[in-house]
Amino acid sequence: MSVKAIKRRDPDSFLSEGPSDKLLDIVITLLVLLAVVVTAYPFLYVISVAFSDGGAVSRGEVVLLPKGFSLDAFKMVMNYNQLWTAYGNTAFYTVVGTVCNVIFTCLAAYPLSKKEFSLRRKLNFFVVFTMYFSGGLIPTYMVVTGLGLYNSRWAMILPVLISAYNVMICRSAMEAVPNDLYENASLEGANDFYMLTHIAVPLIKPTLAVLTLYYAVARYNDFFNGMLYLGDSSLQTLQMFLRRVLILSSTEILQQAGTSGVAAAAQNTLKIRYVCIVLAAVPIFLVTPFVQKYLVSGTMLGAVKG
Amino acid sequence: MTNDRAPGRKRSLSATLYRERYLLLMFLPVFIYYIVFCYLPMAGLVMAFEDFKMGSGFAGLFTSKFVGLRWFKQFFGSPFAWRLIRNTFLLSFYSLIFGFPIPIIFAVCITQFRAKRVAKVAQVITYMPYFISTVVVVGMMTNFLSPSSGIINQFIKALGGKPINFMSNPSWFRRLYVISGSWQSFGFNAIIFVAAIMGIDPALYEAMRVDGASRWQQIIHLILPMISNTIILLLIMTLGNLLNVGFEKVYLMYSPAVYETGDVIATYVYRQGIENKSFGYASAVGLFYSVVGFVFVLASNMLSRRMTNSSLW
Repeated sequence: MSVKAIKRRDPDSFLSEGPSDKLLDIVITLLVLLAVVVTAYPFLYVISVAFSDGGAVSRGEVVLLPKGFSLDAFKMVMNYNQLWTAYGNTAFYTVVGTVCNVIFTCLAAYPLSKKEFSLRRKLNFFVVFTMYFSGGLIPTYMVVTGLGLYNSRWAMILPVLISAYNVMICRSAMEAVPNDLYENASLEGANDFYMLTHIAVPLIKPTLAVLTLYYAVARYNDFFNGMLYLGDSSLQTLQMFLRRVLILSSTEILQQAGTSGVAAAAQNTLKIRYVCIVLAAVPIFLVTPFVQKYLVSGTMLGAVKG
Repeated sequence: MTNDRAPGRKRSLSATLYRERYLLLMFLPVFIYYIVFCYLPMAGLVMAFEDFKMGSGFAGLFTSKFVGLRWFKQFFGSPFAWRLIRNTFLLSFYSLIFGFPIPIIFAVCITQFRAKRVAKVAQVITYMPYFISTVVVVGMMTNFLSPSSGIINQFIKALGGKPINFMSNPSWFRRLYVISGSWQSFGFNAIIFVAAIMGIDPALYEAMRVDGASRWQQIIHLILPMISNTIILLLIMTLGNLLNVGFEKVYLMYSPAVYETGDVIATYVYRQGIENKSFGYASAVGLFYSVVGFVFVLASNMLSRRMTNSSLW
């Protein structure tokens, strides 16, 4: 080994930088690159098709980047009223649903986190058991429809009010709150509601951020409950709308736009679908990067403490 | 867990209730939720043993004719039983075999990657699909694989091949289900392994380096043993949920053309119950499914207790 070669090396790793390490670096770089390309490419392709020139799309010229630029399909989708109905409904289910989810999860987790609570173990089992055994689809359907929730907005909120898994994550976080804080507050006459809202909740904000994300994404993405309980088209969700357009190949948007000519229709069918994907994915892409630092603690607690 | 109260401080029931009135009040709505939406449906499983008629409502549970194991006999006697059990099991099994190792390999790569900032961005990009809805994922898959306009078939045609109708080909169903599932979740599932690797004491790497170990040896002899507990724990948890096939995804992906490989117990229950209104029969099949799933959870919990000393309850 020449002196020159040693000098050029990272001082950290002078002992063990052999050719095998170089090879390892190359393999690692390639694998990470592959992972990123495989994940990002489908989305890039969808965006490119959505905003490319219709002719280029139907000739199959769009492979990675947009060819030409056209907002035709985008305008057609934006002018389609049912999309906005579905978007509005989903916004309602997501906001109201998530707020209720988080409130009731805290109400469940706080008593379970109090070591001196006499029913703690029994109620903990009461909640955890539902994670591993359920009545299944049919009896649940009977109960929900039996309560008169069919074609009601509450059908999207009440049956999925609390996730036992998230209660466990929240409980673990609350268990880490120092007991002294509760005792001091208790001496000053604070009751449990006050301690929950003024001590526990502010201290577990990072966990609540993750739970809020999990719940909001679940409410936003909920397809199946909508399909089961919402027959009325004015109540339908974005995901139900997307299924019609993307999977059942409904041409409703094209028909309403009144596109004339077979060629124009063929050019826009695919573009309309991809515009819908873009519109559906944008809220998710806007929100998820901001919670990364909390994600680890949230998932760790859930997995380790169960 | 032991009884936290000291013996001298034992109180009467009413005193305890009074002292804990706020906790109890707080838990009350939660209790009602679980009773109505989780335990009431469990009680409703009685209909698996009844000739339950549509229109009799929930009260019909008490008035319907008891038929014993008729629905179970009908299910296990039908030609579908074996196909449904096999499909459910194989979809889960292949998802596990294919889906479990990838996040671990990816986590090792991302933590060993030299440019830390790039690694962070790569991690965000790869976990994002996890949050995309099943409808969108299946929708993208359907359109990418479309025989007429899909990009995959465009490539196949450009290379001189014949377009394949992937989505209605039974021999492709499992592959598509497993690959798309892995695509969607590997980045997210890697997060926990990345955290475990980051938690390793840097002094241990230093010690190995001084001993002349290459980075490959560090991965094999340091990183993997250090995260083996996390791996085992997650593997056991995955095994516990093994039969929980993503019903929504199968439902969105499949069509009668691929029932041979794609129809699973959960989708069959849906068709029999919600579409054909055979509530008794469908809840019997659903009960069988729930019980098998529960046995898996109990078994994985026992394994977990024995191997890692951490238990679900």
